[in-house]
Amino acid sequence: MIGATKKDIKQQKKTKSAKTKGGNIKKKIALIGSGAIIGFLNGFFGGGGGMVCVPILQKVLSLDAKHSHATAILVIFPLSVISSCIYVFNGFIDSFPLLTVGLGVVIGGIIGAFALKFLPPKVVRLIFAIIMFLGGIKLII
Amino acid sequence: MSIYLIIFLNILFGLISGVFGGLGMGGGTILIPLLTIFLGMDQKLCQGINLISFLVMALFSLIIHYKHGFIETKGIIFIEMGGIVFSIIGALLASISPTLLLRKAFGIFLCVLAIIQSISIFKNK
Repeated sequence: MIGATKKDIKQQKKTKSAKTKGGNIKKKIALIGSGAIIGFLNGFFGGGGGMVCVPILQKVLSLDAKHSHATAILVIFPLSVISSCIYVFNGFIDSFPLLTVGLGVVIGGIIGAFALKFLPPKVVRLIFAIIMFLGGIKLII
Repeated sequence: MSIYLIIFLNILFGLISGVFGGLGMGGGTILIPLLTIFLGMDQKLCQGINLISFLVMALFSLIIHYKHGFIETKGIIFIEMGGIVFSIIGALLASISPTLLLRKAFGIFLCVLAIIQSISIFKNK
């Protein structure tokens, strides 16, 4: 009787570990594939990878909103290092706008990072999306 | 436009997009259209500027996020594995693409992102 239960438990453990192992491989493949999409878009458009990354982190790694927003910056950092090198090498850079725009971006980035403690409400994010949509239309036409 | 106005607008646009970038909401998606539409800057140049200023900004905001405990590292290595290879492909493809094509493609990318963003806002809590 006891032997049987032990066997059962062993069997259960085995199937459980096999299941999680299969799940892990699936998850890894999903992560590599997601990385490929994020990397391609971030390299091709010189940005925007983070925005694609946030919902992926929420879905695949089940991170919450704050963690996924912060972690997205970590994810695209190495990708942006590589893409920047290629852009600089091909001459898509100019020191005057880089220094002035860059100064604003860095100061703004610090403000934004502190503001994540109070994640912007839905309204702000919706306004952001609408502005982005209008900007997109303007670039297409 | 006077040089001072250009300097002012450059810093202002950088500041606005920096705030969104630091929040992890995609600073570049707002910086690139601001620079190309209002200052008439070249699309590829803006992309290069965005990438490099993001790097400096990200260093600061990552430190802050790390201190707040918002950074998760588990599983990230796998994203990088796919990401690094394809960011090289993406950047090389951008370099050889005509600027106008890149500009229009970027416009479509923005619209799609805006739609996805709106859907997720209404779906999540």
